[in-house]
Amino acid sequence: MKIHLASILVDDQAKALAFYTDVLGFVKKNDVPMGEFSWLTVVSPEDPDGVELVLEPDQHPAAKPFKEALVDDGIPFTSFAVTDVHAEYERLTKLGVVFTQPPTSMGPVTTAVLDDTCGNLIQIAHMN
Amino acid sequence: MVADVGDVFKALADPTRRHILDELVERDDQTLFEICARLGTKHQFTSSRQAVSQHLELLEAAGLVRTRREGRYKFHTLDTRPLAQIAERWIRDKPQENP
Repeated sequence: MKIHLASILVDDQAKALAFYTDVLGFVKKNDVPMGEFSWLTVVSPEDPDGVELVLEPDQHPAAKPFKEALVDDGIPFTSFAVTDVHAEYERLTKLGVVFTQPPTSMGPVTTAVLDDTCGNLIQIAHMN
Repeated sequence: MVADVGDVFKALADPTRRHILDELVERDDQTLFEICARLGTKHQFTSSRQAVSQHLELLEAAGLVRTRREGRYKFHTLDTRPLAQIAERWIRDKPQENP
């Protein structure tokens, strides 16, 4: 058994695709129309056959209160690995990305937390 | 304000709360998540998020932590003014002469 898909709940799929590709740097993998929404996934250019991130609509009534409660406490929904959190922080800040936590050493790991503009906080991390 | 000093001592009497203040010295504007992550990774504290949130409420009531909302985010910042009030109340510059 292995992980093939991971989902993130987004408020707008078109906006999410733009942010996750143009800003974060992922690559679109699947975009299959499914009625009102799409089966929409992105992958890392470093691992195009790896885990696909599903940009899933947050239409379920429980989704928005859940997302808001996480953001209220500053909790990232998921975490992505980068080679250098400081370099990514510099790059993304120049692109207008808002961080709720700048790069901070947390013992074995350095992390930062950014707003994905689709209702989620995302952590980026590298091992020290 | 000096009447609030009792709350400051109560706030400082707990080791988790002292560690929270230690971490807030390092940087202003920390989210609850960052404070919990710092306590876990740097101090091996295993308090639940609810417990840390309650500690923060007590620190805020004592005036040692201020919170700020910016859009959807909530940030916590250290405020050392209550500690200065303790010093102003009891610490003298010069030793008093015995009569």
